[in-house]
Amino acid sequence: MKKPLSLYIHIPFCVRKCAYCDFLSFPADAREREQYLDALICEIRTFAPSVADRTVVSVFLGGGTPSLLTETQLKRLMDAVYAGFSLQSDAEITIEANPGTLTAHKLFCLAKMGINRLSLGLQSARNEELRLLGRIHTYEEFLDTYRLAGEAGFENINVDLMSALPGQTFAAWQETLERVAALSPAHISAYSLMIEEGTPFFETYHEEDEKRRRGEATALLPDEDTERKMYRWTDQFLREQGYVHYEISNFAKPGMECVHNIGYWIRREYAGFGLGAASLLEECRFTNTTDRNAYRKQGRSAQKVQKLTEEDRMEELMFLGLRMMSGVEKKRFLAKTGVPVHKPYGDVISLLRSQGLLEEDEDYLRLTARGIDLGNYCMAQFLL
Amino acid sequence: MAEIDQSKIRNFCIIAHIDHGKSTLADRIIEMTGLLTSREMQSQVLDNMDLERERGITIKAQTVRIIYKAKNGEEYIFNLIDTPGHVDFNYEVSRSLAACDGAVLVVDAAQGIEAQTLANVYLALDHDLDVFPVINKIDLPSADPERVAHEIEDVIGIEAMDAPRISAKSGLNVEQVLEQIVERIPAPEGDPDAPLQALIFDSVYDSYKGVIVFCRIMEGTVRRGTPIRMMATGAEAEVVEVGYFGPGQFLPCEELSAGMVGYLTASLKNVKDTRVGDTVTNRDKPCAEPLPGYKKVNSMVYCGMYPADGAKYPDLRDALEKLQLNDASLRYEPETSVALGFGFRCGFLGLLHLEIIQERLEREYNLDLVTTAPSVIYKVYKTNGECIELTNPTNLPDPAEILYMEEPVVSAEIMVTTEFIGAIMDLCQERRGNYLGMEYMEETRALLRYELPLNEIIYDFFDALKSRSRGYASFDYEMKGYQQAPLVKLDILINKEEVDALSFIVHADSAYERGRKMCEKLKGEIPRHLFEIPIQAAIGSKIIARETVKAMRKDVLAKCYGGDITRKKKLLEKQKEGKKRMRQIGNVEIPQKAFMSVLKLDDK
Repeated sequence: MKKPLSLYIHIPFCVRKCAYCDFLSFPADAREREQYLDALICEIRTFAPSVADRTVVSVFLGGGTPSLLTETQLKRLMDAVYAGFSLQSDAEITIEANPGTLTAHKLFCLAKMGINRLSLGLQSARNEELRLLGRIHTYEEFLDTYRLAGEAGFENINVDLMSALPGQTFAAWQETLERVAALSPAHISAYSLMIEEGTPFFETYHEEDEKRRRGEATALLPDEDTERKMYRWTDQFLREQGYVHYEISNFAKPGMECVHNIGYWIRREYAGFGLGAASLLEECRFTNTTDRNAYRKQGRSAQKVQKLTEEDRMEELMFLGLRMMSGVEKKRFLAKTGVPVHKPYGDVISLLRSQGLLEEDEDYLRLTARGIDLGNYCMAQFLL
Repeated sequence: MAEIDQSKIRNFCIIAHIDHGKSTLADRIIEMTGLLTSREMQSQVLDNMDLERERGITIKAQTVRIIYKAKNGEEYIFNLIDTPGHVDFNYEVSRSLAACDGAVLVVDAAQGIEAQTLANVYLALDHDLDVFPVINKIDLPSADPERVAHEIEDVIGIEAMDAPRISAKSGLNVEQVLEQIVERIPAPEGDPDAPLQALIFDSVYDSYKGVIVFCRIMEGTVRRGTPIRMMATGAEAEVVEVGYFGPGQFLPCEELSAGMVGYLTASLKNVKDTRVGDTVTNRDKPCAEPLPGYKKVNSMVYCGMYPADGAKYPDLRDALEKLQLNDASLRYEPETSVALGFGFRCGFLGLLHLEIIQERLEREYNLDLVTTAPSVIYKVYKTNGECIELTNPTNLPDPAEILYMEEPVVSAEIMVTTEFIGAIMDLCQERRGNYLGMEYMEETRALLRYELPLNEIIYDFFDALKSRSRGYASFDYEMKGYQQAPLVKLDILINKEEVDALSFIVHADSAYERGRKMCEKLKGEIPRHLFEIPIQAAIGSKIIARETVKAMRKDVLAKCYGGDITRKKKLLEKQKEGKKRMRQIGNVEIPQKAFMSVLKLDDK
């Protein structure tokens, strides 16, 4: 069997930057988008032959807002992908989209070019929260897009949501989640809002966030207890609705888990294309430049390479693998590293188990509910 | 060099309040006498430690010899001895003054006389130096040289009407200062053929030459091969080299004779043998008496210094040893703390001295240090009649064995403009000051005299003084003695365990307040753990304050995908790195900086 590979393609454009967003994205004019696409396709063409021996099991068009590209641009991009790589027949091909950037026609085109999964950035079902976040759409516009996507034949749709927004009450979060669950999408990602440096939210809420980290009362952000209550209720409610909680922030109908993202957590190889995109190939991590001009002129040659050591591999298998509810499969760890997991991590495992943060059965190691709450503490222990 | 005519030598220093322009004037004199061109001149030649230049203070005495061709056509040798400018180094200042025959008093034309101006002038007059004033910074818009001249006459009582009005910065009228040095500072006296009698006013350690002794020859002559003896320490050696001070370099010469200022080396390995204030004489032909005024300087402030990384203990020991080679006033002895492991209890002349040593250890020796709260030396009188000198609060005997305790007090002089008198008196009151009196210098300025416990001024008194007087108050103090006081030991318990490195001695009346502030501060410094951590302040078994670090509830990254694995890993690494720099007390991890943060308990 050929080695499996995932492809990530980064489209760094958006209509405007949201107040909480720290991704590599920015508004750009039509000319810049077209130039970028040329460079991107060139990168794909040049690189593709080097992984001719791999089978592509997933493709992910992320951003930014990839759905901002025109039908023609998306077609050129997908043609380059099909021409360059050998895709498995049932490969998962996802595009991220913002409500309001998709028309019925564009959705039909996406479906026609083989894209079979849609990830919609909704974030909230309440318009006042959408305004606060700086989103470009309303909940009603999302409902339209969602309906049109169904009509275009999309069955595998993810809806991105965010909890713990400034001023959000527990009841407000319940309302968002209940409305969305009622639509019964195949997949829901429910993230707790992180206050990231370099965003307008950081300026406004950073001090509050620091207070919250110290366990003090907060006025602008939901406090720790409320935030954890939201998280636990999300888990309980979505399970009642027939979803599987398979990663810290991800829920899916059985069998609809995201093939692409699971790849990151189990360290499947991936090749990233576009500005700032990362790849994991042959135990090296490559990171493309984040400089627009350098990327346009030099493409993949302006990239950083980090050779991963055996220790890096073990650490990553643990701190990524433990994000999954099923945990880290001990046999797989052995197969990937050649050593049983207890050899490097015996002490850490018994410490975390004694603290009630980790559980172990015959085949798996996984975080407990409290272990997930304190995920960073647990994962940091696995650094060698 | 040919025979030197004693009458053509001028040995002098420049004295001033901090920032009144002492070092700038020194630079200008050096530049104008042509020793260095202004292109070669690095600003403030004499302050050659990085730290000195950054802080704008002089730590070690520095000396330079320059040749000045006066208007009368004669050439004169000037030996300019730059003195340390801080109260911590008062003794060094007094020895430097003793090496001079006169002093140039620099007064800021805008600020006038300040506390250190007075302290330095009195010190100079005590040494029978001829002092003449110079009014500096006359180019400042707020300069009022006439007022300042009157002030100098009224307050100090020295003639100031014809004092040179200068700008050391621009060089304006500095030649008048040079002429007055020739005219107003007496030439040295002394018999070159008498038995050797030389005053040590500083020494530095050089890894090639050994100790280099800075001295003023009072009587006699010293040259290569002279057998010498230090009269106080008894150290003996044979002189290897004598010379004088070029700017930033040592220039060997044939001999140093009475009236001259220079250096000698004699394969001495330790500055402890060549204490400041000691007298050098000829072993075979000794002088009858040592020069007056020698005293062994004592440490006033103690603190524990620990390497942040326990494995660096030998490095810290080596670094202290090396620093001590150059700084005989630095004391240290090994001690052990339950919380901090192996380290040293170090003694300093004052808080500035402490800070300087700490910074030098960190910068020059690349050490990461944990310092405990500075403490003064308390005298503990025990019921069994014994008296112990306590430098580490942890060693306080059981209260049942203590009859009473005494703390050191200083007499302080604070110069302040009248509008801030109330604020400064409040401050001194808060710091348990005993009001001694007040004198008006002129209508708008007064000199306040207080007796203050030393432990009330070693923390942040100077900062508080400056902030409450908008920078206008100046301050000087000297040790006075000991007085009885109700003192208690305040202990800090973290998760019910006493942390020895955080204990300190405090006046009973301020114990509650200090305890509360400590707990608050520590609460902000100790990271959350898997369990709740009580932080308590206690006197004996009585808890007087408490704070709680809540148990950790949530610390998890919502997202981690392919593009940010490297970044997220760095975040986890940082978290883990942070843990390494922690001290384990029981099952609580305390960051190193928590030990330091309690040194800065803001008043406001």
